[in-house]
Amino acid sequence: MTIPKPANNQKKKFDVHSVRGDFPILRQLVHGKPLVYLDNAATSQKPQAVIDALVRYYSTDNANIHRGVHELSMRATEQYENARGKVKTFLNAADDREIIFVRGTTEAINLVASSFGHKFIKAGDEIIVSNMEHHSNIVPWQILCEQTGAKLRVVPITDTGELMMDEYGKMLGPRTKLVSILHVSNSLGTINPAERIVKLAHDRGVPVLLDGAQSVPHMAVDVRKLGCDFYAFSGHKLFGPTSIGILYGKREWLEQMPPYQGGGDMIKSVTFEKTIYNDLPYKFEAGTPNIAGVIGLGAAIDYVNSVGYENIAAQEHALLEYGTKKLSGIDGLTIIGTAKNKSAVISFTMKQAHPHDIGTILDAEGVAVRTGHHCTQPVMECFHIPATARASFAFYNTKEEVDVLVKSIDKVLEVFG
Amino acid sequence: MSEIRELYQEVVMDHTRHPRNFHKLEGANKTADGYNPFCGDRVSIFLKLKGDRVEDVGFQGAGCAISTSSASMLTEAVKGKTTAEIQALYDVVHQMLTRAPGTEFDDEKLGDLEILSGVSEFPTRVKCAGLSWHTLMAALKGDKEAIFTE
Ligand SMILES: Cc1ncc(COP(=O)(O)O)c(C=O)c1O
Repeated sequence: MTIPKPANNQKKKFDVHSVRGDFPILRQLVHGKPLVYLDNAATSQKPQAVIDALVRYYSTDNANIHRGVHELSMRATEQYENARGKVKTFLNAADDREIIFVRGTTEAINLVASSFGHKFIKAGDEIIVSNMEHHSNIVPWQILCEQTGAKLRVVPITDTGELMMDEYGKMLGPRTKLVSILHVSNSLGTINPAERIVKLAHDRGVPVLLDGAQSVPHMAVDVRKLGCDFYAFSGHKLFGPTSIGILYGKREWLEQMPPYQGGGDMIKSVTFEKTIYNDLPYKFEAGTPNIAGVIGLGAAIDYVNSVGYENIAAQEHALLEYGTKKLSGIDGLTIIGTAKNKSAVISFTMKQAHPHDIGTILDAEGVAVRTGHHCTQPVMECFHIPATARASFAFYNTKEEVDVLVKSIDKVLEVFG
Repeated sequence: MSEIRELYQEVVMDHTRHPRNFHKLEGANKTADGYNPFCGDRVSIFLKLKGDRVEDVGFQGAGCAISTSSASMLTEAVKGKTTAEIQALYDVVHQMLTRAPGTEFDDEKLGDLEILSGVSEFPTRVKCAGLSWHTLMAALKGDKEAIFTE
């Protein structure tokens, strides 16, 4: 069966209003006001193309993969493996076998902590993270440290929310066995100098995991250019379904690492005397995976490619600049996270009101922001604040929505001023 | 904005800006700490019990307007009450905060505390208003461990 490809592969000119038309959820009123969705760092909305891919799969192709001789199983398997190929190209990985399907960034990091950790990390060894990590890049290492007697070292951050690279350089030593640092911060927006982080570690023979949860939705990522050994991201932040994510790992490492979970699909043969594990990537994919999720993620990647990262970056940069300018002008408002190299996230506090009260008042205006510690309690401690309100943008947001945000903050001032 | 105005009434804002009994209580014989990890609100309640009666009360902490004003009003409401009276009051407050929208509650006993009835329209804020009350009950029971609500 061949499906004719549309002849026109050319990218459309970017028009935010037409792009918004791709996201049915955005066409709704919340508390009687048009929804202004500014919680994209928590999860992004899904374009119709992704929703259609899920519906199509469940309506026409649903079957279990890899073990079936029948037509549906072959179709499902083909789409599943096709999606792996899309992810490989998307990250510019060297090989399909370096792409492991997991539930999300959290599971990807846990997989490395558990598998790489138990194989390569011993008492007295050190693992380096930073002070701006998401809890999902702290707790798995704390668990590993507890189990092995290894030690967690933490790269400090400046008051603009940037890594202290000198301190990082000094921290790398003969005991360092792994560096695990986020690429882009979810609570501060900081874009970390990933290539430099990797280079400094590699100079000492130390492998690096990058948490890419907040980077892939906003910028093209080339794992071979970055040079990282592992890269993790979540589909749901990339306009794809929830509970599907990627662990990229260099083959040299993945080959040496023991399985993370045991079960079906991850074995070649099982007897009570001896079980032989499957090859990559299946060694790390035990049990029936999130097949629909994988196919949906593939559709999300196609969609992002059709919009184009140049367009995404340009739109988000404009939103960040405009939003930063507008919000900085508000009396009593402080932006938390003012790194030079920043993604479109504006975290802020107000002298007049607690973030939680800000969030409730904004919600009444139809504006969805997140308030709290954003799973980065150490960042909050650093800035001596309990929480922030955070507006995080996607390419489908508009300047008009920034204006609505600003007007809604005026309402906060009306109540609290 | 009307529900917002209902939530952040003058009295609520007044308690937020000028919390009552906002201090550590010297000679307190029952205390407890409460923490809401979801929004970072913290509250400590200090009680001086004489026999079965709350002779004095204080609180400390940092939080949103709803949690601060609720704690402040709580201190005014429990001063001079017996533990049985406080339990009865807690039950009504709990009913008020967690009731289905539009349903009745026993407002006779509440006095000023009724100001917080609008919170039930904001399910994400119920924990804010409830934090100090849970902490109060923990203090009365003598629970030393910090309590977490989320
Ligand atoms: C930087 C960062 N890392 C990790 C995660 C965890 O992602 P998930 O919950 O999808 O596993 C997030 C999500 O908020 C994040 O922002």
